[in-house]
Amino acid sequence: MTTAVRGAPAAKAAGAPRPGSPRRKRRRPALPYLLLLPALLLELLIHVVPMLVGVVMSFVKLTQYYIRNWSAAPGAGLDNYKFVLDFDTATGKALAHSFGITVEYTVLSVGLCWLFGTSAAVLMQRSFRGRGLLRTLFLVPYALPMYAAVITWSFMFQRDTGLVNSLLGTHSFWLIGDNSFWSLLIVSVWRNWPFAFLIVMAGLQNIPGELYEAASIDGAGWWTQFRAITQPMLRPVNQVLLLVLFLWTFNDFNTPYVLFGKSAPREASLISIHIYQSSFVTWNFGLGSAMSVLLLLFLMVVSAAYLAVASRRRRRASV
Amino acid sequence: MSEPRWVPWARRFVLGFLALFTLLPLYVMLSTSLKPLGDVQGAWQWIPTTLTIQPFLDIWKTIPLAKYFLNSLVISGAATVCSVLIAIFAAYALNRYKFRGRNFFAMTVLSTQMFPGILFLLPLFLIFVSIGNTTGIVLYGSRLGLTLTYLTFSLPFAIWMLAGYFDSIPKELDEAAMVDGNGPVGALIRVVIPAAVPGIVAVSIYSFMTAWGEVLFASVMTDSDTRTLAVGLQEYSTQVQVYWNQVMAASLIVSVPIVVGFLLFQRYLVSGLTAGAVK
Repeated sequence: MTTAVRGAPAAKAAGAPRPGSPRRKRRRPALPYLLLLPALLLELLIHVVPMLVGVVMSFVKLTQYYIRNWSAAPGAGLDNYKFVLDFDTATGKALAHSFGITVEYTVLSVGLCWLFGTSAAVLMQRSFRGRGLLRTLFLVPYALPMYAAVITWSFMFQRDTGLVNSLLGTHSFWLIGDNSFWSLLIVSVWRNWPFAFLIVMAGLQNIPGELYEAASIDGAGWWTQFRAITQPMLRPVNQVLLLVLFLWTFNDFNTPYVLFGKSAPREASLISIHIYQSSFVTWNFGLGSAMSVLLLLFLMVVSAAYLAVASRRRRRASV
Repeated sequence: MSEPRWVPWARRFVLGFLALFTLLPLYVMLSTSLKPLGDVQGAWQWIPTTLTIQPFLDIWKTIPLAKYFLNSLVISGAATVCSVLIAIFAAYALNRYKFRGRNFFAMTVLSTQMFPGILFLLPLFLIFVSIGNTTGIVLYGSRLGLTLTYLTFSLPFAIWMLAGYFDSIPKELDEAAMVDGNGPVGALIRVVIPAAVPGIVAVSIYSFMTAWGEVLFASVMTDSDTRTLAVGLQEYSTQVQVYWNQVMAASLIVSVPIVVGFLLFQRYLVSGLTAGAVK
């Protein structure tokens, strides 16, 4: 039964040669390339070239004196990297601190988003009155323009006029100091868990109902069915979901930027914010680029390791 | 399947909690936007003392909201139209043709989606400035520059979603159109595009949402004349003295069209968004 489900993706059909088509293809070999050209050019201009330039920038002394004429900036070799990774200096310490905060934020946020999304999706698998309405409500945070939602939260976190202090009966600061980390976490979970919900819900809909029926006939209870059918069938979906959430959350810039403004508190200075601030405050783009490249390398290593472990596990499970 | 007795209770508790969590900021946004100024200057009040639509009128004078609105509308609209057009052609090529470099292209385009924005923000800023210095085409600080940037943000996903959608349109339709004397591009325009309208609408909404809500690049690439809503509202809301009822009114104004559009087409959007992860 599993193979029947795995074989379903229709996308594969697109790759298979169709009868009668090879002749047409040979006559117009340039057409698909022409159709792709605009997309390719724009991706090159906005993503690929700037990324390569960014790597080059990380090897030059690109300070404020050279911004106007950046091709004249002197080479720096590995100096920029050595400087940002020297954990005895203030710059290195700040980077290490920001990295630690980001890891903590990502683990907590992704974990909670996944937990909320999965619980809601599993509990809404069975139909009940108001399910459609609830589903629509849960999608609103995802549809809302991100800054409108975050600005609303920042009003709720205001010390004197906000809802949070009034609800808790406290009078604390939420947007500076230790609390700012938790404020940031709450806002990010509020905003992102609906995405997890959406994906898990789609994954559940792809599980054939006959599996549950067959299990029921065999006398499997709710918990056994959850463990034996729902969990393993969701595994591939979860693998993609967790990776996407991880990358989004780790790179998150928008939430802290809108919540705190130009200068995020130290306790909530995520890595993207940290690079942005150190680049545009000091106008030392060489250092900023070095940090960005390190961030990219880190994300690539983590993603590759994750995918390797996931595929090995999948292979072992299917043997 | 029969559930153990704790499951319905867990359902009520968990879904109730999540519903409250989701509703809370939405209620704050709506109720605050209808409050007189006096209500938002003291401690938080759950119920407005009087209902007023004054904040919806005042915000246009407090900040240049109309200008921000126009900038956001022009930039997001142009980015959406261009991105969808370009994505239609690219998706058609990917879905209907098998050619060298097809998989490479698909993987590269999708993986750009995952790169940290901060990585190409600094170089793109410098590239835009130097293109301006050497050719006179103003990209930095202009709507054009931001439009180009935004359209590439939604492009990978738009291509992916549309390629999936085209897959559900039978190839026999193209072939019938070609028998009638159309070329492949004619078949795309006369047959495939009309059949893919729901998918195209969904992709358009996705592209528009992406551009409408972007903050990072807008904060660097715009000046006071080209400020978008995202940056304009963000700047105002982090000032010391903020008229919160007016800000909430503005947030509501910028949200309603997007949320309504999303919810109207949620079926297509959701299936498009989730197709990749599920397959």
